[in-house]
Amino acid sequence: MNLAWIAPLGSARRELKAAAIALLVSVAIGSVLMMLAGRAPGHVWWLMITRTFGDEYLVGQLLYKATALALTGVAVAVALDAGMFNIGAEGQLTAGVLGCAVVGAALPASTPAVIAVPACLLAAAGAGGAVGAAIGALRVYREANEVITSIMFNAVVAGLALWAGNEWLFQGGTTRGPAIAEGAQLPQLGFGGSAVNASLVLAVMVIAGVWWLRSRSTWGHAWLAVGRDPATAHATGFDVAHVRILAMTASGAIAGLAASNFVLGHKHAFEEGLGRGTGFLGVAAALLGRQHPVGIGVAALVLGFLSSGGIAVSDTVPKETTEVLMGVVVLSIAGAAAWVRTHDVAPEGGRA
Amino acid sequence: MIESIFSLAFFAQVLRIAVPYAFAAMGGAITERSGVIDLALEAKLLFGAFAAAAVGHATGSPYLGIVGGCAAGMMVAAVQLWCALILRADQVIIGVALNLAALGGTRFLLQLVYHEGANSPPVPGFGNSVAANPLLWLAVVAAIALPFALARTRWGLRTRAAGDRPDSLVAVGVSPTRTRFYAGLVGGALAGAGGAQLTLSVGGFVADMSAGRGYIALAMVILAGWRPAYGALACLAIAFFEAFRIQLQVSGIGIPHELAQLAPYVLTLAVLIVAGGKHGRPPRSLGKI
Repeated sequence: MNLAWIAPLGSARRELKAAAIALLVSVAIGSVLMMLAGRAPGHVWWLMITRTFGDEYLVGQLLYKATALALTGVAVAVALDAGMFNIGAEGQLTAGVLGCAVVGAALPASTPAVIAVPACLLAAAGAGGAVGAAIGALRVYREANEVITSIMFNAVVAGLALWAGNEWLFQGGTTRGPAIAEGAQLPQLGFGGSAVNASLVLAVMVIAGVWWLRSRSTWGHAWLAVGRDPATAHATGFDVAHVRILAMTASGAIAGLAASNFVLGHKHAFEEGLGRGTGFLGVAAALLGRQHPVGIGVAALVLGFLSSGGIAVSDTVPKETTEVLMGVVVLSIAGAAAWVRTHDVAPEGGRA
Repeated sequence: MIESIFSLAFFAQVLRIAVPYAFAAMGGAITERSGVIDLALEAKLLFGAFAAAAVGHATGSPYLGIVGGCAAGMMVAAVQLWCALILRADQVIIGVALNLAALGGTRFLLQLVYHEGANSPPVPGFGNSVAANPLLWLAVVAAIALPFALARTRWGLRTRAAGDRPDSLVAVGVSPTRTRFYAGLVGGALAGAGGAQLTLSVGGFVADMSAGRGYIALAMVILAGWRPAYGALACLAIAFFEAFRIQLQVSGIGIPHELAQLAPYVLTLAVLIVAGGKHGRPPRSLGKI
């Protein structure tokens, strides 16, 4: 797969220009959708912004969505950096949810948080990382296209999780497993009783950590080198196979960590379909954030806003309007970035 | 149990399940052979399914429903190709974005047109007999005709040249962009027909009814080395396991159905582990516009 486009646009100014064009296009298309639904777009946009940010609960839900998307987004970006398209964040997250919930429920009720939380996080990252490692190993040792294997693992993990649930976990006719130990539960952050929880801190830490690894460590240097040009990286002395497997393992582990938001922070148990769709939307967050950890954090907030905003204005336009907009935003940023790349060849001050 | 697998009803079931996968795989194979990454199969299936329901419901004719499905698939392909070939946006992002937009877009249209959250009004189908379903025959014809068309016709040669050596097309005065549009629109129509089958086989559109089939179909395309007929055959295998799983569930035999449904995916992984991924070569200019 050709991944040459992961090279950044060259300057922050051009990135921002692309973002501004994309924003205008998205607002225009969103306005058309609102007019189709028979509403005045200006009014709906105003309501969407004032109601979302005027309501503590909706802000909380925005942050809750964004927490998980930031993690799966960064996960996808780490693999992209190393030249692999990890469309399997969905399955890695499901593995994380299962691992996290099973370990959390197995812990004795009196386990202190200092032990319980790290144990659960380790289980989530381990389960997700194992799936990622398998995808990476198949790519390296069997030359199996990671897009196929990721899609297959998504299906396999979802099926195994459902089977494990039906066989052992689900409590009397429900699709909910046993509750995790109290010590493993992460505190809610308030916000009018919304689901946002301490996993938000985890997401910020992962963003900061990956930013540091990517821009300041030899590790990040190795995975970017392999992503840009594996042949050159090999000639320079990088162990391409090793780097790929480790990057994919890290990617899976980060996607698995997103389970913390759902299991430790909100539902406190394994549930059928918990977190579904977050892995795929994470791909959108990674691409919208242009693979940069901080960009992905912003992208996660934008997608979270669209999700909360849709609920805020659901009495005027169908809430599906903002679901369409998520796709539109991603499409316009891709189009705008390409347009800026080809049309803005002489940036001010001669800087490229 | 064994008898029920070799029954005609089971065979018919396999074919019914295989048709949407096979159309999507053939459509994806054609688009990718021209050099454009086709991650938007899911969007083409979904919009195709919705259009088939809308047209079928409005006109009362499933045949026009198929036409509507193909047209919708072509429209999605047109947007995809415009972004990829004219704007030169990244093709993977385009696919992901279109799939997202299709998921919300079809539900938005359901709300707008029928004021329904999840289901369209009923659509006339072709009855229960698989042999009476023109889409099945269309799929069979496509599976036979496409390899021939790719190998022998001017359209096919140009499509393959656009995917492998676009420079050679330029050298003989043919526009690779235009060639990719022709191939991509055919691919879109095929995937849209797959969407129509989803709707017509259950008598209506259901939100998110493509349920990841586009992704599975793309995996089969890659597994089949970008050959449309082999891709369709791989989809037949997927359908066999899906039908087998339904049979298991019905007959209540002791294999958990959650595990039985994993068979095609585990098998695909097993094939990759044993045979490796070196069997197929992607079109040389795939994704490099």
